Amino acid sequence: MHHSIEVQNLSFAYPDGHVALREVSLMIAPCEKVALVGPNGAGKSTLILHLNGILLAPTSKAHTTGQGQVTVCGMPVEEKTLGRVRAAVGLVFQNPDDQLFSPTVYDDVAFGPLYQGLPAGEVDARVASALAAVRMEAYARRVSHHLSTGEKKRIAIATVLSMQPEVLVLDEPTAGLDPRARRSFINLLRDLPLTMLVSSHDLAMVRELFPRMVIMDEGRVVADGPTAVLLQDEKLLEAHGLEKP
Amino acid sequence: MHIHFLDPFRPRLSPVHALDPRVKLVLALAYILTVALTPVGAWPVYFLLLAVILSVGILSALGLGFIQRRALLALPFMLAAVPIIFTNGETALFSFPLGTWTLTGYAEGLARFASVALKSWLSVQAAVVLASSTSFPDLLQAMRAIRIPRLLVAMFGLMWRYLFVLVDEALRLMRARAARSGQGAEAVHRSGGSMAWQARVAGGMAGNLFLRAFERSDRIYMAMVARGYDGEIRSLPLSAIGSGSWLTLAGGLILLILLLLFGFLLWG
Repeated sequence: MHHSIEVQNLSFAYPDGHVALREVSLMIAPCEKVALVGPNGAGKSTLILHLNGILLAPTSKAHTTGQGQVTVCGMPVEEKTLGRVRAAVGLVFQNPDDQLFSPTVYDDVAFGPLYQGLPAGEVDARVASALAAVRMEAYARRVSHHLSTGEKKRIAIATVLSMQPEVLVLDEPTAGLDPRARRSFINLLRDLPLTMLVSSHDLAMVRELFPRMVIMDEGRVVADGPTAVLLQDEKLLEAHGLEKP
Repeated sequence: MHIHFLDPFRPRLSPVHALDPRVKLVLALAYILTVALTPVGAWPVYFLLLAVILSVGILSALGLGFIQRRALLALPFMLAAVPIIFTNGETALFSFPLGTWTLTGYAEGLARFASVALKSWLSVQAAVVLASSTSFPDLLQAMRAIRIPRLLVAMFGLMWRYLFVLVDEALRLMRARAARSGQGAEAVHRSGGSMAWQARVAGGMAGNLFLRAFERSDRIYMAMVARGYDGEIRSLPLSAIGSGSWLTLAGGLILLILLLLFGFLLWG
């Protein structure tokens, strides 16, 4: 049995010289739900981009800006596995306006399956089941621009669920939601039976949903353990700009 | 903040709205082509063409007033055709002095100008009816169906999707500027600053908007790549066109061809 996500000694610097990740290691078992917290600029988003191969760990000589190894669902993330990696890891970006780029909701949810080369009937079935999973079946023909933020966030999840991924990676899913939308969104995340890695500043949600929590700061993993224990350690939280919920 | 007014689509329950968007697009383009090809001075044909577009307008339940208001957009373009009156023809109609020059208007030029003005007015009406009775996603499908290159259609789609986002962003910027454009308590300070300073602020805002759009395009590209985008545009196959739609298409095209023949035979 392989791990869903395996990151080993990953370091990464952006072309402008800014070092975003320093020797990050992280293992996530299948069906585990893990929260990734830390201040802005801690490297959370950079780490997330590696899990989908948008940023690549330096397996070839062309990438001299970092080192380390990322393995997802038993596949090393590298040029030739990119297609399968992207089908296995559903990545939902923070701003749903970036995630939803097609004219209609249907087109957006169909995008992933279409690029997997599935036949039309199968694409249709995938879209229907993904929209049903986020309880937005009635929205297929709607235009993304006229949706509320909460609705957009749900559709954004559907756009990756339609690829039937093993792992769901979300960046700041509750940012900008009103309390009611946030509540129904949390219930949705609880019900999804997938491996999950969620980056968030919403520690109340983290406490409620995620048994395990990883704290990052300045490109390093500074703590990794049971959420209940870490959230009691006020010194640790304060040292990394976090507040006990 | 939210912008709806940019979207020309007006949902109604009408036979024009219900018509297959592919048929509508082809008919609208054929109509505009017919209007463009109709010879100068074939007035009866213009009236028939006007009757056609007005009937479609009434059928569409959009309201003729609405369509005519939108069609006003053609007015400034008609101005460009005004010089034709003075440069074309032999039969002088009127003349008036303009400084040391004398401008002479000709009958043939006037007929030509009236034809151009009518043509643009009719064409714009057709475009208005098409855009107001067809949602943009449907129009994109129709463009794909008539073999407009996929990349181009995808670009139209992205442009349309993010035009609204961009306008929302610009409005937010302008609102933020307005919120901080206060007036001092003392009357000695003139509020608003100099023209040059205002221009600099506006320039900064435009630059800011451009940078944001640029960064957003990067994030959108990442979102596409994350779902498997590989540089090739793919889309689902289109549904078949019903026999009723084929009939409408054939009927419409035959009508337009007859009108065009009529124009050519009698005035061509």
